[in-house]
Amino acid sequence: MRTGFRAPFVAAATLAVAFGVMPGAAQAPYRAARAADGKANLNGIWQALNEGEWDIEGHSSAPGRVQALGAEDAVVPGLGIVEGGPLPYLPAAAAKKKANFEKRLTSDPEIKCYLPGVPRAMYLPQPFQIIQSQKHIMMAFQYAGAIRTIYMDEHTDAPADSWMGWSNGHWEGDTLVIDTTGFNDLSWFDRAGNFHSDALHVVERITPASADLLNYEATIDDKKVFSRPWKMSMPIYRRKEKGARLLEFRCVEFVEDLIYGALRKPGTRAQQ
Amino acid sequence: MRHRSLASFGVLLVAIAVIAVATHRVAGQTAPPASAKPAPAAQATKKWTAPRTPDGQPDLQGYWTNSTYVPLERSDKVTKAFYTEQEFAALVKDAAARENEQTEPGTVADVHYDFTQFGLDRSQSAFVKNDLRTSMIVDPPNGKMPPLTTEGQKRAADRAAERRRMGATTDAVQNMPIGTRCLIMAGSGPPMMNAGYNSNYQIVQSPGYVTILVEMIHDARIIPVGDKQAALPQGVTQWMGDSRGHWDGDTLVIETTNLNGKNPYRGSSEKMKVTERLWRADANTLGYRFTIDDPGTWSASWTAEAPMTKSVGPIFEHACHEGNYGVRNQLAGARLEDKKAAEAAAKKTSN
Repeated sequence: MRTGFRAPFVAAATLAVAFGVMPGAAQAPYRAARAADGKANLNGIWQALNEGEWDIEGHSSAPGRVQALGAEDAVVPGLGIVEGGPLPYLPAAAAKKKANFEKRLTSDPEIKCYLPGVPRAMYLPQPFQIIQSQKHIMMAFQYAGAIRTIYMDEHTDAPADSWMGWSNGHWEGDTLVIDTTGFNDLSWFDRAGNFHSDALHVVERITPASADLLNYEATIDDKKVFSRPWKMSMPIYRRKEKGARLLEFRCVEFVEDLIYGALRKPGTRAQQ
Repeated sequence: MRHRSLASFGVLLVAIAVIAVATHRVAGQTAPPASAKPAPAAQATKKWTAPRTPDGQPDLQGYWTNSTYVPLERSDKVTKAFYTEQEFAALVKDAAARENEQTEPGTVADVHYDFTQFGLDRSQSAFVKNDLRTSMIVDPPNGKMPPLTTEGQKRAADRAAERRRMGATTDAVQNMPIGTRCLIMAGSGPPMMNAGYNSNYQIVQSPGYVTILVEMIHDARIIPVGDKQAALPQGVTQWMGDSRGHWDGDTLVIETTNLNGKNPYRGSSEKMKVTERLWRADANTLGYRFTIDDPGTWSASWTAEAPMTKSVGPIFEHACHEGNYGVRNQLAGARLEDKKAAEAAAKKTSN
């Protein structure tokens, strides 16, 4: 009896090792909870918890951009979310990344409450919600109320360029694979000026790893900016607080004086 | 002019325009939709069985539009609940002509956008119902909002005084209407009203949530249904408030409170409670009725109906703020005029 139990377990463990599954996950692979249509259920309120927003590459802590904000604006150190490295920038693009970094206080689209683009939306330090139906999977982001609609059928090319791109999705087992193109060249990857062009092509793989954990990876291909495709990966966690929900972060009004203040009629009172 | 503009509008929209022509011909022959007559929601749902989502909810999903020529309030000149088809046709023609004027530079003083280039206004929409009602308001029966309370009148006067104190709309961005500033538009509500152009919605459902994506400002109203989510504490307010839903038979009832008062609806206070009802009236119609309770503003609650019509996708990304050259150009133009006026004044003095 005991031997009979152990033999398949050992076989499974051997298989797991042979296929490169993490040793800690030598038990049966996680089978995701099901949606009503039998697909893996990704519904919920999620958030990444890493320092990729500061710089997707590994980085030390550093002074912030705004002296008055002191430690609150200081760069939080992180190991990075890029696999391998350094990022394979083409020479001209490397120069542009450097220039972006120098002028990050005025040029980072996030400063102006612009839509975050993809993949940046996925690891901003604010939650997002997945609303999963059969034909469409929506991702609603708290930051700037950004939206992605993932078309699970009726796949088409992007009808127009946009900030959040045009996403076609399909299932590979329990993994949601999202192919996104049709980007403009205006969003960045992080606050450090890492950027892309309108040739950006992102393929994301989202796999439930436990009831409250998604494994996320994205392959970034942009022939105008990078010499080869590269990959980022991270866990994304379920927000478990009682009553977890998205709230409004309608940031436009917070940046109006920053953007249009110079055009205010002299002598009129600025907003506090 | 219009047709020439349309030609540059892209294959997709030309296709929609073709549908528009076809639909218009049919629309001219149809009777007023059943939902045009005030009828209890429960009664309306009985006529047509709504499809179900795989998890058993009434299925409200799809692309919808609330583009319409029906005004919220009945005109003072009108005493009946429905126009005749001839009256309606004349009204549409006049409204379309006014909207067309706005799109042609030089025809009116405040050209906003050329709708044929940047949006789909009502006159271009293939999906405007031949709705003969003379008002959206069904209660009170006179089709008008109830009288303002003393408090409501005072608030309206205070707001007008504050606007005067702030100066001209082009003095500062904060003086401009919130829609111009890309903060929020009429389509988001609540209540969800037609936005003049691009009045498009997509509903997506997941267990415990009905999500209404509003094209304008890409606002997603994520409505928790049942006990999925606790109410917001009293002190936490939002532009779109805190919306909570439940099913009443096949009708989704959404109750919204915790508004922040920055987006008042027709003079409402931040204490307004909005109760919306959404139901599948038939294959092509989503019934939509809302009741406004705001005792600090109106002497009685009032109710209106603004049904949505099945439309086609996709919902395009409305990156309003990101492309807001309107605000920048208006402010820059006003400052240039200030400068010219100052120079002219200086010249006059020196002479």
